[in-house]
This record gives sequence, structure tokens and C-alpha cells, in this order.
Amino acid sequence: MVSAIAAKAEVIAAPRREVESVVVRFAGDSGDGIQLTGSQFTMSTALVGNDLATFPDFPAEIRAPVGTTFGVSAFQINFGARRIMTPGDAPDLLIALNPAALKVNLDTVKPGGSVIIDTGTCTARNLRKAGFEGNPLEDGTLAPFKVTGIDISRHTEEALTSFGLSQKDMLRCKNMWALGLVYWMYGRSRQATIDWLNRKFAKRPEIAGANIAALNAGHAFGETAEMGGGLSGFTVGPATLDPGLYRTVSGSEALAWGLVAGAQLAGLKMVFSSYPITPASSILHALAPLREYGVTTFQAEDEIAAVCSAIGASYAGALGVTSSSGPGIALKTEAIGLAIGTELPLVVIDSQRAGPSTGMPTKTEQSDLHQAVFGRNADSPVAVIAARSPSDCFEVAIEAVRLATKYMTPVILLTDGFVANAAEPWRIPDVDTLPRMAVSFATETEDFRPTRRDPVTQAREWVLPGTPGMEHRIGGLERDFDTGNISYDPANHQKMTNLRIGKIAGIARDIPAQGVEAGNPRGRLAVVGWGSTYGPISRAVDNLREVGLDVSHIHLRHIWPLPANLGDLLAGFEHVLVPEMNAGQLITLLRSRYLIDAEGLNKVSGQPFKISEIEATVRARLEA
Amino acid sequence: MNVTTPPKKLTDKDFASDQEIRWCPGCGDYGVLKALQRTLPEMGIPREKLVFVSGIGCSSRFPYYMNTYGFHTIHGRAPAIATGIKLANRDLDVWVISGDGDGLSIGGNHLLHVLRRNVDLNILLFNNEIYGLTKGQASPTSRPGTRSPSTPGGSIDYPVSAARFALGAGAHFVARSVDTLQPHLMEMFRRAHAHRGTSFVEIFQNCLVYNDGVFAHFTDREVADETQLRVRHGEPLLFGAAQDKGLRLKPGTLELEVVKVGEGGVGKADVMVHDETSPVLAMMLASLTPPAFPVALGVLYCHPGACYEDALAAQAGPKAADGPKANLNALLRRGATWTVQEGGRIADA
Repeated sequence: MVSAIAAKAEVIAAPRREVESVVVRFAGDSGDGIQLTGSQFTMSTALVGNDLATFPDFPAEIRAPVGTTFGVSAFQINFGARRIMTPGDAPDLLIALNPAALKVNLDTVKPGGSVIIDTGTCTARNLRKAGFEGNPLEDGTLAPFKVTGIDISRHTEEALTSFGLSQKDMLRCKNMWALGLVYWMYGRSRQATIDWLNRKFAKRPEIAGANIAALNAGHAFGETAEMGGGLSGFTVGPATLDPGLYRTVSGSEALAWGLVAGAQLAGLKMVFSSYPITPASSILHALAPLREYGVTTFQAEDEIAAVCSAIGASYAGALGVTSSSGPGIALKTEAIGLAIGTELPLVVIDSQRAGPSTGMPTKTEQSDLHQAVFGRNADSPVAVIAARSPSDCFEVAIEAVRLATKYMTPVILLTDGFVANAAEPWRIPDVDTLPRMAVSFATETEDFRPTRRDPVTQAREWVLPGTPGMEHRIGGLERDFDTGNISYDPANHQKMTNLRIGKIAGIARDIPAQGVEAGNPRGRLAVVGWGSTYGPISRAVDNLREVGLDVSHIHLRHIWPLPANLGDLLAGFEHVLVPEMNAGQLITLLRSRYLIDAEGLNKVSGQPFKISEIEATVRARLEA
Repeated sequence: MNVTTPPKKLTDKDFASDQEIRWCPGCGDYGVLKALQRTLPEMGIPREKLVFVSGIGCSSRFPYYMNTYGFHTIHGRAPAIATGIKLANRDLDVWVISGDGDGLSIGGNHLLHVLRRNVDLNILLFNNEIYGLTKGQASPTSRPGTRSPSTPGGSIDYPVSAARFALGAGAHFVARSVDTLQPHLMEMFRRAHAHRGTSFVEIFQNCLVYNDGVFAHFTDREVADETQLRVRHGEPLLFGAAQDKGLRLKPGTLELEVVKVGEGGVGKADVMVHDETSPVLAMMLASLTPPAFPVALGVLYCHPGACYEDALAAQAGPKAADGPKANLNALLRRGATWTVQEGGRIADA
């Protein structure tokens, strides 16, 4: 049913309904500014104290032809008065700014959920372009939903008549009109967005003014219109978060700042070398302006030059960091081997995406775990760690710096497109209270050899070129254990191989014992996850525990080496379920390492797990 | 009272490492190593400031034989690694040692970009027109028809000219020399080192085992005078035992021609004078090939411009990232923040 709305209506002080949490999805054309709209709504929502999680879901095409389904961009946010662990399985409200956005996103909406559609775009031509055979507003397609058709395009134009803009420019403000309406629905203040628009368009005040007018008009529409389809106002109370100072943070921002913090805690300059690639480029963008924080960024000519210049920087005494996504990491592989062989610190960030090959660059996946752990020629171990959420990226980045510098090794930090782009509230840490991990460079010239090691960590000394009396040569050729000179001695190669394996294995003694996130440390079923599946697993396990099921959640930060107690921990469960956004990579590691009969739950659709998918699988296992 | 000991005057032996040299006896690489070890003491650089970075190949073993810092890296990537070294510490004196396969085939992209960025490095490219370490396959500089295990019918691809490639990539300094010309090599090293920015030196180097005599037509003593043109800035482009042959622009064209001074009314004043700041002349000189022309050796092009590290430092300005100075806590608190108080109450920050 569609209820058409009259533009003018008397002011109605309808009572707001209180809800615990809501999932809203904004969708429109790539050029409609959907991601900006979503991030503005996120900020305003965070400022009223809701917990939240977001999921930007956009195409690889920058501006696909207008009105096509492959050009649809979407932004989903789940916010509430309780802890929010995921962007939500299914939207309660979809705002579709054109028919293509409706077509692509309708399936995701909760049955009985609300849909707002811009009827101004529902021309026969646009409907056809979106792939509708008839008019969904009339033919029953939308019957399962509460639909409100509003001519957002016309309302936006009407609100902006006095600004002297072209029709095209006026319509570029319709995302702000829609945002104003949604602000009204959830009782949000417009001020933060108004301030942001004034800053963003400081040099073009007429554009700022038009956007603000559209925002206000959308808001006023909500206030004055009696909307059908259940689109009255709602109240979502603040969530109970730990006391402290908060901001919203995306995974890429948290990762960038974590690297800066790590380098500062280690007392090092950072050289961050990268080549543009989706979805990793945002880390380069976040770091490029941070010169005065001890950061040099370098946009290299290719992925190989990016990792090589990072290695060169580490060799010369900076913290070398490189960042890419799966295909780029593949190109860096040989150089990572050089850093292993020469025992130099290196942080490699892999923002995973759907593959193989170019795959689906903007869609998320966790399918580089094997590449990170095993993907090099020869026996060439590195440390591998993974971030579970946007805010977790900060801590994990510091951990990557700690391991790389303490053990003189490459560390691969796995994140993914979802973690990189998603945002959530973050209790801002006080960097001054974080434990320092100062690095020392070799200075003892007496009996110097380039292979001198720390007796505990087995890490080679870090010797800076420029240090008198320590001139030496290193390289990718196998080196003698004692002298560091080139060696083809068979026994020496065995010894050096064992050394490299043992050094990385020894990290297991230097990381926390694996605990459980939720549930008992032994019992019927453990769900074991890593990386960005944290949110849905955690909510699913909580829900199942609330109804009395014996389920525990174990979530790994350290992928290689695995925590020393993990085998014992897993042995305490009858069932081990490993959900992954790949065809079964961690599970292979766990099965081979611990000889346990773990079962996989695998999803490679480019979309994160839904809570319900994990719940259903756990129930099936426990009821079997 | 402080007594200062004057620094010990270093000699070529101070720059030789304790490692036994593993090049084939008679390899041209020995001459290059010797020339550099003899030149370095004059430059007055402390040994610890020197870093030799190489890729893979015969020439890339070079760092092991230098008693300085050295990094023998992976195939083709030395320019990228050397760039990283300079990004971390621009006070280091960094030399890149490469070959025709390493620098122009597998590492061609890095060579292109290091040259255009003008990172302050000295790049020595040993060109022997063959893959030596992998046992004699044709290389990107091999002449058409080169028979090798991988090209038994003769190579069919056109070769790349190292010097022309460098000029095309925007190099600010391009020079050429020959492995057997000790004084000339030393002069090229001095010039390369004095140039701030990427200095590219192509060295014609004989591979005794797989490509012996490939440059003999202009390096053999008997023919050298008539086939080598030693270019010097501001001096006429003369060659020949009697220095009576010269180059000039062929009237009405954009081509060089060889003329004999004193014949056909040609005087010394008609011979073109070398201008090492001219990119057009540099490209013409780099393109000369026997038998019609001599091979141009010397500094073909030198036109200094801002080097990458200096531009980077200038852009950073006084806030230059020599050490972390800015307060990260302040950065994290920039923008919209809010405070959750005990009991969950929200206060705008």
C-alpha cells in the first residue's frame, strides 16, 4: 500500500514511539551522496549517545550510468539504546532515492519494515532501467512493506527556488532533504550537519546554504506531514557505554592512528609506502596529512615498490609500513621474503576483499588468511594478526608495530573492506598512558656481527647504516648463522630455517593466553572466529545464551602463531564451529594444528554474516 | 685541552671488504669495483655513511665486496629499496648497482620512477648485453640476432638503449663509460657523486664468458680513438687519433653528421660544442652508434633540479618529521566528540 503525502499539512505533535534499536539503510545512485548522508547520520546518532555500527556498501564504479542497478550505493546503520554489535541483519527502514536503489535493496528489508521512495524518480523510463516490469508502487511488489512515497525531488526543488541553482544542482541536495526527514523521525539535532556543511562549503556559501535549506525542509516536512506507513517519530535512548570521551571512528582511521601511536611508542619515524587500491587507499589518505606526527607517506609506482621502499626505510631505521589488498599483497610476496631473510621489521596491512584476481573490490571477504600465513616461497614464517572491528584496528596496529620491532620480522595485519569502511563509537584512549615499547639500535661495536641476536626473542640486532664501526652487508642470500656472510653450507641452512621458524613460534610466549569472549571456557559448542565476524558471532552467541544454550565465543587476534593454550581450550568443547567469510581457511589451520573435528560455516557473498545465519547454524549443531 | 686526531686518510683498500670476490677471472666488473674503490677516498665520505644497494645478477654482488653498508636485495628492486632508505635518512650516501637485465627488464618500472622522481642516488648500470648469472640468455640490451640458449635462432626483439631510456624517463644526470677506462670511470663517478639528484651512469662492461667482445668494436685499443667520442661540457665534439673528426648538425636537418676538420671547408669552429644541459643534444649523442658514428662517452646530460628528498623536506617545512613532535592525543580528539558520564549520561564535549 502506498500512501501519498500531501505537501502541506497541519503540524501534528504525534507522540514518539520508543524503540530499543533501529536499522536504517540509505540507498541511491552513486552520485546521490549516499555515503556522505550516512556518515552525517552516524555522527548525529553518536552524539546523542546511541551505540552504533555502520556498513557502507558501494559499487566499484565511481559514477555508473545514472539510474542503473550497478550504480547503486547504500549505507546501513544500526543504532540503539543497547550494545550494537553489527550493522543489522535487515533494515527497519529503507530510504530509496531512485527505483534502482529500491530494486537492489528491497530484498534486504525486514518483512513489515518501512520503505521511503522518492516518487519523483519513478518515471516509466527509470523503472524500466532499474529492471521493474511494472510500477512497483502499484503492482503489489511492495505489499510486504509499509511504503511511503514522497516526491523528494520536487520538494527539494521547491525548497531551493530562491538559490538560483540549476535543476541539476538543486537535485544534488536531495540527499540532505532525505537526511532532514530521517533526522526528524529519530529526533536528531541538525546542528552538527549544518556546521559540517558550512565548513565543507566555506568557499561556496550558496551551496552550503542550499544544502542546509534542503536539510531543514526535509525536517520540516516530517514535523508537518502526517505520514502514513508507520513513519511517525521514534525515540532511541542512549546506550550504556563505559564512561569516557568518545568519537566515531572508521577502521581505516583507527588503523592509521594506531600505526602513528605504535611508531611514537616505539620512538620511530614511520615511512608508509602504498599504491592505490580499494579498499586500502583510505589508510594512505588518513596518514598523508600527518607529517608532523613523524609520518612520511610515499605513493609508490607499484605494489612491489611500495613494499620495497618500506623495507628500505626499515633498513635505515624507520618503521616501514606498507598497505594493500589481496592482489597487491600477492605482488609484495617476494619482498616480504626478503624482509624475513634479512630480519627487518615491516608491517604489512592487508585490507581483504572478495577475490580471486580483481574479484569484487568493494565487497568484503576474509580469504587472504592462507596467503598471509603461507603465501610465500620456501619456509618463510611471519606473524599474522587480525582486527575484529573498526576501533580494534587501533590496538591491533600497535600490536603489529610491537611484534615487528621486537622480533625483527614482517607482521601481516589482516583487516577487510567491512572493517576498513565501517564506523562505530570509540572511547578515545589516552596515548600517553599506553605502555612504551622503545626500540634500541645496536651500538656495541666490540665483536660486532650482523647476526648478533637477542638471546630471548632471537631477534637480530637492528643496526643503522651511518653507525661507525658496524659496516656490514645483508641480503636475500642465505647467511651464515655466526658471521652473517653468504653461506651455502647445508647444516647452516637447516639451522637458519629452524631459527626463522622458532623465532616466530616464540611469539606465542609473548601474547596473552586465549580466553573466551562469552560463555564458559568449556562446554557444548564454541564458535571460533577471527577478524570482522566478531560482531555477528558475538551477538548470535549472546542471543543463544539468553535462551539457555551452552555456547561460547572464542575470537582470535593472533592468527600466527596461534595462542599457546588454544589447543587445550578447544579440546574442552564437544563442537567447534568456525564461521568465516571464505571457503574454510582458519578451520584448515585449526584442524591441522590441533587434529580437532571443527566444522565450518562459510560465506563468500561479499556481505558480512547475519546474526541469524550464525544462530541457525549453532542451533542445528546443538539439536543434531 | 682537547686533542683532535685528524681522520685517517682512507685508501682504496679501506673500501674493500674481507670477502673473496666471486666474479669470473677477467670479468669487467673488477675494473669498475677498483675504480670506485679508488675514487671514494677522494670524496671524503665516512665509510659508515655509504650504502650500496643492489638487485640480482653478477653486478649485484658488488655490495659484498665493499667495506661499507650494503644491501643485496631482490631482482630489479634496488631503486625502490634505495628510495626507502633515503626517505628514512637522507644523510646517507646511497649507490645503486644494477645490470641491464636487473635495471631495464625486471626492474624497468622502478628505474623509470626513481629517475623521474630524482631521488638523490648514484645508479651504476653495468651493461653487458646479456644475462650472466643465469647463464647467458639474451637481455633487453642485446642486439637483434643475438644467439643465446633462449634465443637459438637469434633474438628478434629490438633492444633498449639504457642512456636513451634514462633521458626519456626524465633523468637529470646521464653519463657513460667503459669498464676498462679507469681514469674515465673515476671521473664519471666523481661527477655522478657531485650531482644532487639521481645520477645515472651506464657502464659498458664485458662478459668474458657469455658475451665476450660485444663492445670490442669501440673498446679495443686499436679502434678506440676512431670510435669513441669523449664528450666534455663546453668543448667541441671531436674524436679520432688526431682529434680531427667532429660532429655538427647536418644542414637543413635535425641530424648529426661526422665531418673532417680541414676538409671541404670545415673548420674547428664548425664543430658542435657539447652543452650537457641540452636534453636534445644528449638524446642525439646517446643515439650515436657505430659504424657510422662513434659511441659517445662522458657526461651526456647534467641539468640539476630539486631532488625528491629536498622537495619532501621543503613541503614538510619547519614541522619536518625528523621526530614525532605533534600530540597524537590532540589529533584523536579533533572533530565531533562526546562524553559518556557515569550512569550513561551524555555531555557534548
